[in-house]
Amino acid sequence: MLKLVCPYCGIEADETELISGGEAHLKREGPASTDDDFEGYLFLRNNPKGIIFERWRHAMGCGKWFHVARCTVTQEVFGTYPAQTHKPPSRIMEEIKSRRAGQVNGLNSDKAEKFS
Amino acid sequence: MGSVLKKYSLFSLVRQSLNYHTGWERAWKSPEPKESYDVVIVGAGGHGLATAYYLGKNHGINNVAILEKGWLGGGNTGRNTTIIRSNYLQDASAAIYEKSRSLYETLSQDLNYNIMFSPRGVIMLAQTHHEARGYQRINSANVIQGIKTEYILPERIKELCKIINIDCPRYPILGALWQPRGGTARHDAVAWGYARACSDIGMDIIQKCEVTGINPHANGAVELQTSRGKIRCQKLGMVVAGHSGVLAQKAGFRLPIESVALQALVSEPVKPCLDVVVMANTVHGYISQSDKGEMVIGGGADQYNNYSQRGSFIHIENTVRALVEMFPIISRLKMLRQWGGIVDMTGDRSPIISKTPVDNVFINCGWGTGGFKSIPGSGWAMAELMAKGEPGVLASPFSLDRFKEGRFIDESVAAGVAH
Repeated sequence: MLKLVCPYCGIEADETELISGGEAHLKREGPASTDDDFEGYLFLRNNPKGIIFERWRHAMGCGKWFHVARCTVTQEVFGTYPAQTHKPPSRIMEEIKSRRAGQVNGLNSDKAEKFS
Repeated sequence: MGSVLKKYSLFSLVRQSLNYHTGWERAWKSPEPKESYDVVIVGAGGHGLATAYYLGKNHGINNVAILEKGWLGGGNTGRNTTIIRSNYLQDASAAIYEKSRSLYETLSQDLNYNIMFSPRGVIMLAQTHHEARGYQRINSANVIQGIKTEYILPERIKELCKIINIDCPRYPILGALWQPRGGTARHDAVAWGYARACSDIGMDIIQKCEVTGINPHANGAVELQTSRGKIRCQKLGMVVAGHSGVLAQKAGFRLPIESVALQALVSEPVKPCLDVVVMANTVHGYISQSDKGEMVIGGGADQYNNYSQRGSFIHIENTVRALVEMFPIISRLKMLRQWGGIVDMTGDRSPIISKTPVDNVFINCGWGTGGFKSIPGSGWAMAELMAKGEPGVLASPFSLDRFKEGRFIDESVAAGVAH
């Protein structure tokens, strides 16, 4: 059972309390955007095999959306953080770096910069 | 090209039994990879092998290699609940799934390999009024599409399936969509049968060969870096289900796909008591009885991105809880094995059989939770696409650009669930 700490209410919630919201830090495209941009925002996903930044909602708890850094292969959780941000906070990136030195320079940090 | 392998028949069985079964040949060869092929298929699961087989059979392209990271049929082909049906709402889906189901009917003869297709019938239960109306609508669509289905009432369901409890307290059974020619097949045998047939027409099946890099513009050819050296090809087909996103990234594009775990489990074997497939989509539980007597049980997909081939216990519990309510007889069965596969879910829950943004690279993916039933039809359509460079009637609705165009084949709404 996947357990995540809600950054708002501090509760360690197991996944029955939570609803997954898919990849985080997508850039929401405006009305003037091209079809390609919209397709990218609505449908195309990095779907990483490894570290993912994703959205979760504490549906059966405080009801708030938050973000999680997790590994999709091992289910290791690197930390959770509030939703009001466009990129993972530095403490999360440090945490990933300390545990997965080789993987930080992959698509995740690019993604963090791209949408900052 | 003449057949290299000996044909399986009653006579070969008798001959071998006289030799104490010491003379059986390996079903397929395991050659070293050559430097180049006309076509390379990545992924030796059901879909990849079927693609290769129909490239040879329908289009005469035999200089083909099928690369497999692990072992043949060891991914989702060996990890599903083997249900075969074609009772879909949308015309495009109905066409390809019915093609697939009809190919399954004669696949054992076509491949000279017993895939144990068992058209025992599939019951899809309606347990809410919304679902009942939905299935009546699908039934009407199926009539127009020429697919034989029937909307049946609880008495008939009880007749077809003696062990069902039609008065479930939470979700009583209101009716069902019945497809008498749906059923099951032996999943491993489908992969093995296609593999043997591919090997027989001279194709190379290369296992334990992981693609680590793709260069699509290597002097007019696609060059693959693999764990067993460089391999060049004129056309590349990616048929890797849950790992499609990983492979597409190596070729330089993204997909409208997320990979999640889908779990299944089997019980200890019991005497025959269930000779149809029952699917309950409202409560997420699917059940059939294998020839060995095991109850084969499936449920809904897990909710989060996952590549670990194991899912959450809560989903197993939910599935089993739903089925115990409908089949009280199974409440004391012990479960023997449980497993998960990584399925590739698209936004509209329909597959992708398409050209890609990269020339000479084709993709077949996005079958999500419905891959096994579609193996022959998917291979048929993908082979046509790769041979001609353009999709045929079966594949053309399932192109990658439908997401940009908003031209969805929306089975997620039609089925009400992942299907």
